[in-house]
Amino acid sequence: MRTILYLLQKEFIQVFRNKAMLPIIFLMPVIQMLILVYAATMEMKSVNITVVDLDLSETTTRLTAKFEASTFFHVTRAQLSPAETDKILLKGSTDVVVTFPQGFERDLKRKDEASVQILVDAINGSAAELSNAYLQTVIGSYNQKIRAEMMGVPKFNPPQQIAAIPAYWYNPELNFKFYMAPGILVILVTVIGLFLSSLNLVREKEMGTIEQLNVTPIKKYHFIIGKMIPFLIIALLDLTFGLLVAKVVFALPFRGNILTLYVFTSVYLFLVMSIGLFVSAISDTQQQVLFVSFFFLIVFIIMSGLFTPVESMPVWAQKLDIINPLYYLIRIIRNVVLKGSGLLDMTRELISMSVYGLIMFSLAVWRYRKTV
Amino acid sequence: MIEPLMIKIANIEKSYGDLKALKGISLEVEKGELFGLIGPDGAGKTTLMRILVTLLLPDKGFASLDGLDVVADFRKIRLMVGYMPGRFSLYQDLTVEENLQFFATVFGGTVKKNYHLIKDIYSQIEPFKNRPAGKLSGGMKQKLALSCALIHAPKVLILDEPTTGVDAVSRKEFWEMLNNLRKMGITIMVSTPYMDEANLCDRVALFQNGNVLSVDTPKNITNSFSRKLLSVKIESTAQRFETVNLLKQLKGVDSVFSFGDTIHVTCGQKDMDENSIRKYLMAKGQQNVSVDEISASIEDVFMELMQKVDN
Repeated sequence: MRTILYLLQKEFIQVFRNKAMLPIIFLMPVIQMLILVYAATMEMKSVNITVVDLDLSETTTRLTAKFEASTFFHVTRAQLSPAETDKILLKGSTDVVVTFPQGFERDLKRKDEASVQILVDAINGSAAELSNAYLQTVIGSYNQKIRAEMMGVPKFNPPQQIAAIPAYWYNPELNFKFYMAPGILVILVTVIGLFLSSLNLVREKEMGTIEQLNVTPIKKYHFIIGKMIPFLIIALLDLTFGLLVAKVVFALPFRGNILTLYVFTSVYLFLVMSIGLFVSAISDTQQQVLFVSFFFLIVFIIMSGLFTPVESMPVWAQKLDIINPLYYLIRIIRNVVLKGSGLLDMTRELISMSVYGLIMFSLAVWRYRKTV
Repeated sequence: MIEPLMIKIANIEKSYGDLKALKGISLEVEKGELFGLIGPDGAGKTTLMRILVTLLLPDKGFASLDGLDVVADFRKIRLMVGYMPGRFSLYQDLTVEENLQFFATVFGGTVKKNYHLIKDIYSQIEPFKNRPAGKLSGGMKQKLALSCALIHAPKVLILDEPTTGVDAVSRKEFWEMLNNLRKMGITIMVSTPYMDEANLCDRVALFQNGNVLSVDTPKNITNSFSRKLLSVKIESTAQRFETVNLLKQLKGVDSVFSFGDTIHVTCGQKDMDENSIRKYLMAKGQQNVSVDEISASIEDVFMELMQKVDN
């Protein structure tokens, strides 16, 4: 046991003697939180809409005014030919073109129906869908209003309709930052834990220091644990920084128990560091470790549910997430922070991560050879 | 008096893929001996040493240190062997003192406990004890590495080319230190590509291409030289290449090597003498030729043995 203490002492001296280390530890969490949480947002804002009103009637003017009233849209009015419409969409100077054909109001009054053309630039699929859906809602609600006006329905006998009243729980204002901030924290602790520990181990191989170390009686698991604990502590420290930034800058509500979060994160770090140390145990250079870790990190992040919901992935991909450490922690951290879930609410994740972590740790110890 | 064996190596073989690094090596080193592995780069010295310190597993054969099998008893061996790799392998970002402290403690000891062993060596670098190891000179690095290899009081020291890349004065000092350590009863195996260092060992093994050519005391090895050795000196170094070629054409000459500023010529004991060679060279137009019979150095023996292997 004392050997581990000596190893830790050595690691800490080396970490703090490394001049690049302090900026990494203290600046990285702050910068990541400040930039990424703002940048990684899917909230719809200022979609450019061009309204081509060929009717210029009272109805079309009122509808256009409705679009203008919304904060989502930035409306431009223009009189364009179909060819010109194509052109501005192609150029990307507008995201949506709404065209009211000539005789729109007349048709509406005489035939009880009229068509409006909506052209959406769908390069960004989800943004296109969202703006279309929002436009439909605006038009739909206006539609009901004019129907009621035209049919002259008495006030006390309104047309029957179902009103759906949504209530958004756990994030009532649908604040996207509350959704992203915990996820970004996960990326932060992952990068710190995974890269610092695995690069540190393989550096001993590159520098040749491992040759001297391997003829000492240090046990293999002592060595691996000695490579983990310093970076576990640093990663938890960074989690604390990140949480403070989230609290102060974004006023992130914290409903769960902070201790619960640290327990989950520690188990998680044990898991990702074991994966990282396994990779460095089978590699010879920092370059190899970087490439392999980077490959897995990208796959893990994309599949983790950080940016896109896991539920919309194909079933086989969802099944694959069982080996994705980030998937677990992103779920956990959002639930703990926003919902206030405790250890008991997420035992399945806790057990999965622990078992997975122990397997990877054993693999790392087994594959680390004291012989060359 | 027969000393007990400290290192026993029997028929050790090791290959890296198709390359046979060791082709059935057998050696015995007695307790308290200063034993040298002499040979050029790539001869297999490092491979053999790594097998002895449990960093490599042999493909075939058996090796033991103080009766402990290097494969089965590797844990015990790590406690009783001190190893200094050919490449500087201490932590460059830790200071001299921190390195020493670290290696003392991971062996479960303290610097104080075995300080008497390293006192003579460490006291020379102690003034720089707060300097990072990476910022030491080559000679000081060697001293620190030796101190770290000694701090757990090993019975056997295995040193892989400790004097390569070190200046002449430091090399001399280093061998004096090894001599002192031997007097303390530590068995030392040291490898070197420098033939002149062979004379400082009790016994040496000549290595070439994964084989041991010869094992003996340096004196016996040089005495084993069976031929006549003549040293040819000419005034003009510009003519040396021509001289070598002329000598090679001479009948009765076995081998001709450039050797520093002289040329070494070997021949059968009765085939040739100083006079006949001098006359031959003078007749071919060479001037100021001096030829002397000399006794062989380790390097001459090495060349002779290598020629035998080649034939």
